[in-house]
Amino acid sequence: MDYVEILSLFAENKPGRLEKILQVLAEEGINILGFSIASVKDFGVVKLLVDKPDLAYERFRERGFTVAKIKALGVELEDRPGGLYEVVKKISSKNINLESGLVYVAETRKRAYFVFEVEEVEKAWQALQMEGLKFLKKEEIS
Amino acid sequence: MEGNFFNPKIETASKDALTNLKLRALKKILNYVYARVPHYRKKFEEAKVTPKKLKSLDDLRHFPFTTKEDLYVDYPYGLLAVPKERVVRVHTSSGTTGKPKAIFFSAKDIWAQAELIARSLLMSGAGPGDILQNSMTYGLFTGALVMHYGAELAGLMVIPAGPGNTERQIELMRTFGTTCLHMTPSYALYVATVLQEKGIDPQKDLSLKRAYLGAEPYTEETRQKIERLLGVSVFNCYGLSEMGGPGVGFECPVKKGFHVWEDAFLVEIVNPETGEPLPPGEIGELVLTTLRREAMPLIRYRTRDLTRIIPEPCPCGRTHVKLDRILGRADDMFIVRGVNIFPQRIEAVLMRFPEVAQNYQIVLEGYDEFIVKVELNRDLFDGRIEKLLVLRERLEEAIRAEVLVRPKVELLEPGSLPVSEGKAKRVIDKRSL
Repeated sequence: MDYVEILSLFAENKPGRLEKILQVLAEEGINILGFSIASVKDFGVVKLLVDKPDLAYERFRERGFTVAKIKALGVELEDRPGGLYEVVKKISSKNINLESGLVYVAETRKRAYFVFEVEEVEKAWQALQMEGLKFLKKEEIS
Repeated sequence: MEGNFFNPKIETASKDALTNLKLRALKKILNYVYARVPHYRKKFEEAKVTPKKLKSLDDLRHFPFTTKEDLYVDYPYGLLAVPKERVVRVHTSSGTTGKPKAIFFSAKDIWAQAELIARSLLMSGAGPGDILQNSMTYGLFTGALVMHYGAELAGLMVIPAGPGNTERQIELMRTFGTTCLHMTPSYALYVATVLQEKGIDPQKDLSLKRAYLGAEPYTEETRQKIERLLGVSVFNCYGLSEMGGPGVGFECPVKKGFHVWEDAFLVEIVNPETGEPLPPGEIGELVLTTLRREAMPLIRYRTRDLTRIIPEPCPCGRTHVKLDRILGRADDMFIVRGVNIFPQRIEAVLMRFPEVAQNYQIVLEGYDEFIVKVELNRDLFDGRIEKLLVLRERLEEAIRAEVLVRPKVELLEPGSLPVSEGKAKRVIDKRSL
């Protein structure tokens, strides 16, 4: 299975939490490729696709953050109007329920990836095999 | 028969012998304070009782209670029953408001309390050859010093470590081969966390056998958790400064409640609102009378701690009364929507959820709701916000099922609540500000 790992960090909803998270990456020279925030009233989860996920995970742990690694699928799309639509259409045609997603723009106006989480990642990957999609590999982002 | 005995004759005296002993001691102490402490004489007169009126233990119900407020009469020496020259030590207990309570000891009082500790330590199976790391606060607080004297009397080697500086605590445990710990349960949990972080396995790398945990009430679930994490047998010990500190109640190896040495303390359980004595087995406020204290006897002292007498004889062979673990403080209890809620019950619920850490805080902001703040256990975080929402829902429902009022649960990042290296402040009442 081709997949990437995204980091998910728990954060209380209070000023400065995102800044603290980003500071760690900045200090460690880790590049953010894609990023999303989901929040409910008093807490949230920050999702990050980075070029060195293992290193970032270790550094976050060391500094006391609540962090998890999640396997996600990344599919290539063209960075133009309708690009994301076409990819998502294929995913939903297989009845795959998206839990969370972010976009990684690899080359502006040319190539991007839709990186998404699903409940059963292996099964989703199998289901999408015949759709002619190009999946992002771990090695490609490091 | 379990554990060792320091004073087997007293510890296993028959119920009749104990009753006679208590009645004699009670008559003596009532006469003693009536003759020597003007405040007691005044209170007895106001209640129209004299020590002569006491014919049986049951008659004690006619005598007035002593409350924390009485300790402030002619402060600080108002309740002394001996000339000041006979006092050799003072301990204080921080009151939540104003002046600390001052408790005075004569030389005899110090060693009497030490004997109670010595009995208790032997009862737990400890003795010469054991090494006690005493991590309670040395100083005005009774916890450390009183235990220290008792442990030495029992023949243990004492490491007077004091609290805090957890790295050094662990170093002491390794260097000297500590076998017994004396600390608060919240600190024991914290030590366990630090050991885990450092990759130290207490079973393999340390020599710990027993932990005497007290100064804060805690649940059976907390005990089991600490036993598992530290690889020790946990003995619940109960004390309060007014009664001389630790050694008032101590668990035997049978556990399931603690023994109170009845030659030293007379136990009553009363209805916390009316003051009426309750039959054995019913939950109420613990009221204690010191039977042999010299410098500052206390008669029918309202502890504000809630417990019950366990009426069944203890298989350990000791005949002294056994009390259930402290089920809450009459003062910690808070009322939301007219329902009495004890923080201990909430703690017991949280213990069933490995997804959250041990630390928690209750915040009262209004009269119809309360907030429970808990830290996530980061090792069980899987990154999904949906799971957190479900967890919060389950916590709120489980607490509601236990205390009958649904709280608002707030999930916090680990380490965001104050770490308690002493008595944990669990309930923040913003309503009274």
